[in-house]
This record gives sequence, structure tokens and C-alpha cells, in this order.
Amino acid sequence: MTILIADKVGHQFGGLSAVTDFNLNLHYGDLMGIIGPNGAGKTTIFNLITGVYQASEGSIFFKGIEIVGKQPNQIAALRIGRTFQNIRLFRELSVLDNVRIAHYAQANYSLIEGLLHLGRYQKEEQRIINNSRQLLSIFKLEHVAGELAKNLPYGLQRRLEIARALAISPELLLLDEPAAGMNPHEIEELMVLIQWVRQEFKLTILLIEHQMKLVMGICERIQVLDFGETLAEGPPNMIQNHPKVLEAYLGEIPG
Amino acid sequence: MNVLLIKQWNLLLENDWLVPVLLIIGLGLSFAIPEYNLLSVYVQLILMYVGINIILAVSLNLVNGYMGEFSLAHAGFMAVGAYSSVLLTMKVLPVSDFPLLFPCAVLIGGLVAALFGMLVAIPSFKVRGDYLAIITLAFLMIVKSMIENIDFMGGPRGIPGIMRLTTLPWVFFWTVTLVWIVRNFVYSKYGRAVMAIREDEIASDLMSVNTKQVKFFAFMLSSFCAGIAGALFAHLLQFISPRIFDITKSTDILIMVYLGGIASLGGSILGATLYTVLLEILRPSTMAALLSWLPSFVFDPLQAQLINHLGTWRMVIMPLALILVMLYWPRGIMGLREFRGFIPRADKKAHSHNVHDRDVPYDNSDCR
Repeated sequence: MTILIADKVGHQFGGLSAVTDFNLNLHYGDLMGIIGPNGAGKTTIFNLITGVYQASEGSIFFKGIEIVGKQPNQIAALRIGRTFQNIRLFRELSVLDNVRIAHYAQANYSLIEGLLHLGRYQKEEQRIINNSRQLLSIFKLEHVAGELAKNLPYGLQRRLEIARALAISPELLLLDEPAAGMNPHEIEELMVLIQWVRQEFKLTILLIEHQMKLVMGICERIQVLDFGETLAEGPPNMIQNHPKVLEAYLGEIPG
Repeated sequence: MNVLLIKQWNLLLENDWLVPVLLIIGLGLSFAIPEYNLLSVYVQLILMYVGINIILAVSLNLVNGYMGEFSLAHAGFMAVGAYSSVLLTMKVLPVSDFPLLFPCAVLIGGLVAALFGMLVAIPSFKVRGDYLAIITLAFLMIVKSMIENIDFMGGPRGIPGIMRLTTLPWVFFWTVTLVWIVRNFVYSKYGRAVMAIREDEIASDLMSVNTKQVKFFAFMLSSFCAGIAGALFAHLLQFISPRIFDITKSTDILIMVYLGGIASLGGSILGATLYTVLLEILRPSTMAALLSWLPSFVFDPLQAQLINHLGTWRMVIMPLALILVMLYWPRGIMGLREFRGFIPRADKKAHSHNVHDRDVPYDNSDCR
């Protein structure tokens, strides 16, 4: 069963084409990686899937629904969660509120009930608080629930981003360079965490990464991009020895 | 002994019935003060202006503080509320026979202002920051020149002879109700979304926040409050003209918000009160009255040298104070903090650090 299909997706910035003829077939439960040099169009692909940019060519289907042309919040409500390459937390808000905000689409009460704190408000808010605190405790962040997000150390901010992405109860999770700025020990912890989260929340995960150790270690399939084009696709051991990939990363191989 | 006192004090502040009790006392006082002339008419007038300014500051804080936009349009929303309610009480509703029609006129004033708020919310979908500020400024100018050119609304001469219907109990009622509603809004999913938009609009959109809907609601609630303040203001001053609702009125509200602190209801209440009261104290007559207990050999030279010139210097002293506050307290007195009594109990409890009243159904020992 496929969860996400990208069909001949292309996108241009001005005259510059960032992504051309991008195809992707993601099955339920997959853990797939996208790699490629800087400027290869990886983050653009995430922005196309989540609706930040509208694809200029091709179409993207999520659970059979065409999502090109939808607003980011509509796509998020269809349950695609994501994190960001450069951390984008709500810095001046508490750790708990960061996670609570991601419940916006699930909070089932109207404006009037919100203005008067009546009706479904109390029950829904309590449910959201419980759910958020549960997520925080899973990510070992409960002891900082009341702190402002900007005051957390870097590693905790990364974890909070994943917790926040999980608060929209995603079926597909997009991780944009989750290991950026981490040391080898932290990367190993992250690998365990990603696999654990995938099991626990029954997720399909698509991730962008530069750290080969992480990608080769946990991804089942890898797609390689360069200059917006797909160079190769396959399991890690095949990608590692693919001549085109080596060329893109290391330069042309003499002989 | 001291520690014990502080503990008692904190317990008192934490108490759930503190705010309701204060409200009942306040309501009683708002009826008693004019009835038994407990305070002079002048002080009563200032109390009413304090209430109206609190509404305005809270309303502007929703847009400028919580949402992080910069609105100069609030004098315009005030004008809309003032003019529509005045037209109702003077030409449509028989208010002199049925005094209870006055709150209806005020409410309708607020609703009409909310409609105009929608007009400003629409450009905010596309434009942010300085550019939206310019749009709100343009909106204010349009409202002003529209009123100036409509004859049955008095044109540039304004409308004199408005009935004085705003009383202390009504000001108290509207102030408390609107602050309560804005507080409820802030502590709901909508209010949190408003703050998320301030922090990072794209990230909040990607976290399922319907940013257009949220901006729409925030602008409408904010302009609704400003419209009600305008209606109360008109029926207190008994005279309105387009010139009253120009950019200086907007800057007055801005000063109250930034003095009190952004994204804080307590701050807005504090800022509006301080600003209104201080400006009044700096009037020569008020200052003279306040200092009249001094012996005449101190008072007379003081009056000649200082107090008589206050009228000129008042509008220098206040902005100067604001500059000092901004330099040393850039977020205002209460910036991004809140009176404990305003925060809902569930919110306070959820933010405490070591609550272990629930068992986590996950074994997360292998996930660090």
C-alpha cells in the first residue's frame, strides 16, 4: 500500500529549476532517506510535499488525495508532520505550549466555546494537555515543560521539534536533517530514537540527511538527488557503490 | 515571620475566589461611588477614562503584543464604534425612555467595528510587519476622511450634544467583560495560535494552525473591543469629531501597551492605568490640588516655578518617561509575563515541572 506518491514533480524559482521530474513511491511503514549534496533540492521537496511551495509541475498524492494546491495547515491536518533543518520552534513560548499548538486542528471546539471557556472547551483542553505532557515525557522533556523553548540546550530543542511534529498525530513524518550539529554519540541516540518512534507511533518516515552513518544505518531505501534530478534509488548497500553517486559526492573517478 | 507572611500572601493570590470577590467588591463600588459621591466628580471621570483605556490597551495588545503585528488602525475602529453607537442613540433608539437600550447601542457599535476589523484582517493574510502597519495607517486615514465627508455624520465639525449615558457601572461592566473575553481567547487554541504566528508563521501553518482563520478572529475581536471603547468614550465626552480619532489617539494606545508590556493582559491594565493617571497628575490644577497640603512657603515658590509650567511640559515628561522605560525595560513593565490570577488553573498546573500524577503507559527506558 502506498501512502505517498510524487509523480513527475517539478519546481522552478524564477528561471532556476530546483527540482525536475521527481518521482517517489512511499509505502506504509517505510523508512526512506533522501541524500544529495547541498543545493540538490532536498528541502525543496519537503516544502513541496507540505505545501509551503506549490509544485509547478506534476502531482503529489497522500493517501490517495491530491495535495498540490492545498494550504500547509490542510496538509498537516491530513497528518503529515515535519521538522526543520534549522530549528523553528516557537521560541518565546513554553515547551508545553509548543506541543499544544500542534493540536490546533484536533482541538474540537468552536470560537464561541473558546471565548467563554464553556462547552467542550474544558474537556478538549484537558485532553490536549494530557496528550502533550505524555509526548513530553516520552521525549524526556517533562521536567522543562514550563521553560521557554529558546532556553533549552540544542539537543533538547531538536527533540522538542520531533515531539511537536508528533503532536499532530502524523502518519507520515518528514525529518529535515535531524542529526545536524550532533556529535557521534548523539547521532547514535537519535538513530535509536527514530526507530523507536517509528515502531511506537506506526509511522512512515522520510528523512533528509548529510550524516551517512545515520542514513546508511537506519534507512531501508535511499534516493540520491543532485541539481534537482534523481541520480539513483535503492537499498543502502547498492547506493554506497553506485558510480553516479560516488561521482556526485567525490568528483569524477579517474580511469 | 516574614516568610510566613509571604507564604500567606502567595496562598491568597493562588486562591480561586480572590478574583470573583474583587470583582463583586468592584461592582458594588462602581454603583456606590456615584450614588453617595464617595469620590469627586473629577476622580470619577478619570476612573471611567481608565476603564475605557484598559479596554483599548487590551484590544491593541491582542494585535501588537500577542500577534506581533503593528496596528495603527485602532483609533479608526474606535471612531467606527463611536459614530455608529451615537447615530443609534441620537437618531434611532429612544434611549431616553428605555435606558437599557444604551448597552445595545454600544454592542452594535462594537459589532460594526468588528466588520471593519475584517477589512483589515484580509490584507494581513498577505502582508506582515511594517507593510501591514502602513496598511492600517491608510485604513485610519480612510475612516477619518470618510466621516469628514459624510454630512449627516456631522462632517468635520463633529457631533455635539450627545447624551451622557456612560456611567461608572457600565464602564466597569464592559471593562471586566471584555478583559475576561480576551483572556479566554488568549488561553484557548486560538490565542496560542496567535502567539505561534508571532513566533513563526510558516511553522505554525505546518503545525496545522489555520493562520487565516486565526488572524481573522484576532482582528475581529480586537476591533470589536476598540469599537465598544469608542462607543463608551463618545457617550462620556458628549462630543465627537473626526479629529479626536486621528493618529495621536492611536499613539496614545500604543504608549499604554508598550509601557505596560507586550503580550500581557496585566501589563495592559497596568499601562493604561499608569498612563491615564500620570497624565492627569501632570495637569497644573491637579498637581496644585495634590500638593496643597504643603506649607505655603514651600508651595508658593513651587507653584510659581514648576506647577504653572506643567501644562507645557506634560507632553514632554510622559514621552520622556516612555523612552526611559523602553531603554531600560524594553518589553515594558510586564512584557510576556502575566498576573497569576489571570492564568486558568489547568494551564498553571500543566506548566509545573514535577507533576507525576499520571502514569506514562509507555516503557521508554530504551529511548533516550
